Amino acid sequence: MSLIRKTAAELGSMIAAGEVSAVEVAEAHLDRMAEVEPKVKAFLHVDREVTLEQARAVDARIKAGENLGPLAGVPIAHKDIFTTRDMPTTAGSKILEGWRPPYDATVTARLREAGLVFLGKTNLDEFAMGSSTENSAYHPTHNPWDLTKVPGGSSGGSSAAVAAYEAPLSTGTDTGGSIRQPAAVTGIVGMKPTYGGSSRYGLIAFASSLDTPGPFARTVLDAALLHEAFSGHDAMDSTSIDAPVPSVVEAAKNPDISGMRIGVVKEFSGEGYQSGVLARYNEAVKLLEALGATVVEVSCPSFTTALPAYYLIAPSECSSNLARFDAMRYGLRVGDDGTRSAEEVMALTRAAGFGPEVKRRIMLGTYALSSGYYDAYYGQAQKVRTVIARDFEAAYQQVDVLVSPTTPTTAFSLGERTDDPIAMYLADLCTIPSNLAGNAAMSVPCGLADEDGLPVGLQIMAPVLADDRCYRVGAAVEKALESRWGGPLLKEAPSL
Amino acid sequence: MTMVYDEALDKFEPVLGLETHVELGTKSKMFCGCKTTFGAPPNTQVCPTCLALPGALPVANEAAIESTIRIGLALNCSIAEWCRFARKNYFYPDMPKNYQISQYDEPLCFDGYIDVEVGGETVRIGIERVHLEEDTGKSTHVGGATGRIHGADYSIVDYNRAGIPLVEIVTKPIPGTDRLAPEVAKAYVTELREIMRSLGVSDVRMEEGSLRCDVNVSLMPRGSSEWGTRTETKNVNSLRSVERAVRSEIERQAGILAEGGKIVQETRHFHEDTGTTTSGRSKEEAQDYRYFPEPDLVPIAPDPAWVAELKAALPELPSVKRKRLQAEWGLSDLDMQAMHNADAIDLVEATVAAGAPPADARKWWMGELARRANESGVPLSDLPITPEQIARVTELVASGALNDKLAREVLEGVLAGEGTPDEVVERRGLQIVSDEGELLAIIDQVLADNADAAEKVRAGKIAAAGALVGGVMRASKGKADAARARQLILEKLGVEG
Repeated sequence: MSLIRKTAAELGSMIAAGEVSAVEVAEAHLDRMAEVEPKVKAFLHVDREVTLEQARAVDARIKAGENLGPLAGVPIAHKDIFTTRDMPTTAGSKILEGWRPPYDATVTARLREAGLVFLGKTNLDEFAMGSSTENSAYHPTHNPWDLTKVPGGSSGGSSAAVAAYEAPLSTGTDTGGSIRQPAAVTGIVGMKPTYGGSSRYGLIAFASSLDTPGPFARTVLDAALLHEAFSGHDAMDSTSIDAPVPSVVEAAKNPDISGMRIGVVKEFSGEGYQSGVLARYNEAVKLLEALGATVVEVSCPSFTTALPAYYLIAPSECSSNLARFDAMRYGLRVGDDGTRSAEEVMALTRAAGFGPEVKRRIMLGTYALSSGYYDAYYGQAQKVRTVIARDFEAAYQQVDVLVSPTTPTTAFSLGERTDDPIAMYLADLCTIPSNLAGNAAMSVPCGLADEDGLPVGLQIMAPVLADDRCYRVGAAVEKALESRWGGPLLKEAPSL
Repeated sequence: MTMVYDEALDKFEPVLGLETHVELGTKSKMFCGCKTTFGAPPNTQVCPTCLALPGALPVANEAAIESTIRIGLALNCSIAEWCRFARKNYFYPDMPKNYQISQYDEPLCFDGYIDVEVGGETVRIGIERVHLEEDTGKSTHVGGATGRIHGADYSIVDYNRAGIPLVEIVTKPIPGTDRLAPEVAKAYVTELREIMRSLGVSDVRMEEGSLRCDVNVSLMPRGSSEWGTRTETKNVNSLRSVERAVRSEIERQAGILAEGGKIVQETRHFHEDTGTTTSGRSKEEAQDYRYFPEPDLVPIAPDPAWVAELKAALPELPSVKRKRLQAEWGLSDLDMQAMHNADAIDLVEATVAAGAPPADARKWWMGELARRANESGVPLSDLPITPEQIARVTELVASGALNDKLAREVLEGVLAGEGTPDEVVERRGLQIVSDEGELLAIIDQVLADNADAAEKVRAGKIAAAGALVGGVMRASKGKADAARARQLILEKLGVEG
């Protein structure tokens, strides 16, 4: 089997055993990227020489006997929203075109330290605002299952790269579903860790109280290995939780769910859901029961109010977070011809540098925070957030995890929802509650919808710092379904 | 247009309010590890966080939180058991994030007071709140007439100051000060500054901007109980300016009101040169800051036991200390007030602690040194001389090694950077001539050179001895003991003194 088809765990073992070098593994993936990128367009930045230089350094460290952990030498693609000191970082925006950060994000720094080799920076919706990666200021990314479909978003470059075998692993960020939804529609595993479980330092902020870095991989175990490699307390991020990382790798290796109590979220089913999605989801629920879990229906009535609350909180925070892009210290500068004031240059730069969706959200958020409107909008949304957290708490009194479809539909077509923001926002209907409550949540593949043959994701939600439960259930589903399918779901994907 | 102060006060009663910003003297900035050294080359004390690079995050400085709580306790405030930072959103090139991390409706300290003394009366000033925030960078606007951003050719920004911890202390409205309003405002800021200094939380140098004051003034007609529209005067950068700004604003507002005009609620700028204020932005143009809780930081929840410890460990506050020292030193209210006004109490105290008698310490600081500070236009505490050095000079005088005139020369030498008092005595050769042989030789020479005067003295005109003593002092360059010289001259000339 060629190197690019291997799992990250396998590659890590082979490299550690000296069967293959980090350089060889990196070259195999760089070659694959050269071959399929014209079709998939998952990356915004690739620099073969920088990647190979990193791989050579890792090989040297391994040779010197340094103990780097299970992923040493394994290649990874990073969502272009994490700062990297040897690669530009744009957040998918023209306003940061060509910006080279002088520092690494905590996530990228830790992975660098653990010996992972960076293949490049992946495409995303501008500042992570979107569900299709079509809001990238550079180009759309194509779903490897069907190049006319979106790869989800906002981390669509990272999901497509892993699904297209360009990278065994990638990083993403999940603010309202931006890891789980792309994972679901590209047939891979995506995890949103507990908020505060992974550091936001060096992650270009969209909505600070929601943004969560997390892993993409083709297997639950690979996702767990990556999760463990970059997670844990970071003194540079005040909202980072000072507690041990949940034992996710152990959980992924031990997919026994007998006796677990699993709650089916009543509100996330029925009208508005694609029939093929519901069919695969219902089968997955039956499978969980067959594996020894107790399945009960749980009602979380507040979840239906999550989407509107999210679209007040996230834009409010973004309107403030994006204020720093003002042409004064870095990035794009427009209109500085010596006659214009600083204020005019700021306005011209922001008008030219931000795309329509980013502007829409800045305006929404500016309005929602305005004096006289704050209580009715931002204040009210925060109350809804509290109610949602209470619904989760009540549910977790009855069950260990909650499940739902990850998305109401399979991947939609490129261009299909670009003129209809509300339709676009609905892609995150099931994923948003976990962001508002800060819970852990995962998407694992649970089959292909009959009507379009596209992947369906099962969402598994767990309480704060119980991330390991997602991995345990995810691994159980993966194991059972792969034995039914005779291999991973991705082998059904067309070759590119 | 403006009305003479006394007339204004005949017609109107002022209500004051003061907002004071104090830069804390922490080693690192409020939300990052950058240094806070004043006067470092521009943009050398910066990092991703205080430059607001994409992805960088703030982490609150615990020492700054502790200092703020101590300030709150010293101002008799309640300390919040739980409070949050908030973002204050507005665009300005010297504010890297285009929002300031501040506090909004949940200040760390609230509802306190301090007492200040003005003209023998104690005035209690209520403290509304004390909160913690970060400073902005420092803009310099080059070209243009006003020195402000509008009309400037270009502006340069130094981000070294961006993110320095800043404590904002806001008073409750202060009615009832009547004619003393300007003095009360000054006394309040003076007291506040001394409290900060006694707590050791800031160097509170108004001229360096580590203590900055905004003055709110409104007037109401005498007999009315309804407060007028207030203005907020910024850029008040010295104690004297606080007083002048209040006075000027009372005169200006009274002039407008007397002519039936209305006060515009606005920000005004104080000008040191003219002592007057000019209009800044009005309330209609006021920004909507869109405050919301800072999501990048966790709430502050000080442990009540820790707060109690901080309270117990507060130093003696300046007003208490002044009373104690006045009693110890046996000074009148007037003398104590004069020392307080001259900002000399701490210096005298330190000089006494270094061994000088209180009267001598006070004499030097309030006399010779105050005169020199005044001449150079610097605060007393900025003179390049230490209380220990003053104490040494008083010791040398007491031992007879120096007289007052020589002592002044020693101080001059120390101030000129010639070294310690002992080094100056040594280098300038300022010791009193105590060697009688040397003195007698000088006297013989003077008598020989002034035979006429010597003859007059011999003839009984003892008053003529003054000229001979003067000659001896000149010849000895002031180092002779004048009384002893006179005695020896009279002896030599065979006259009874």
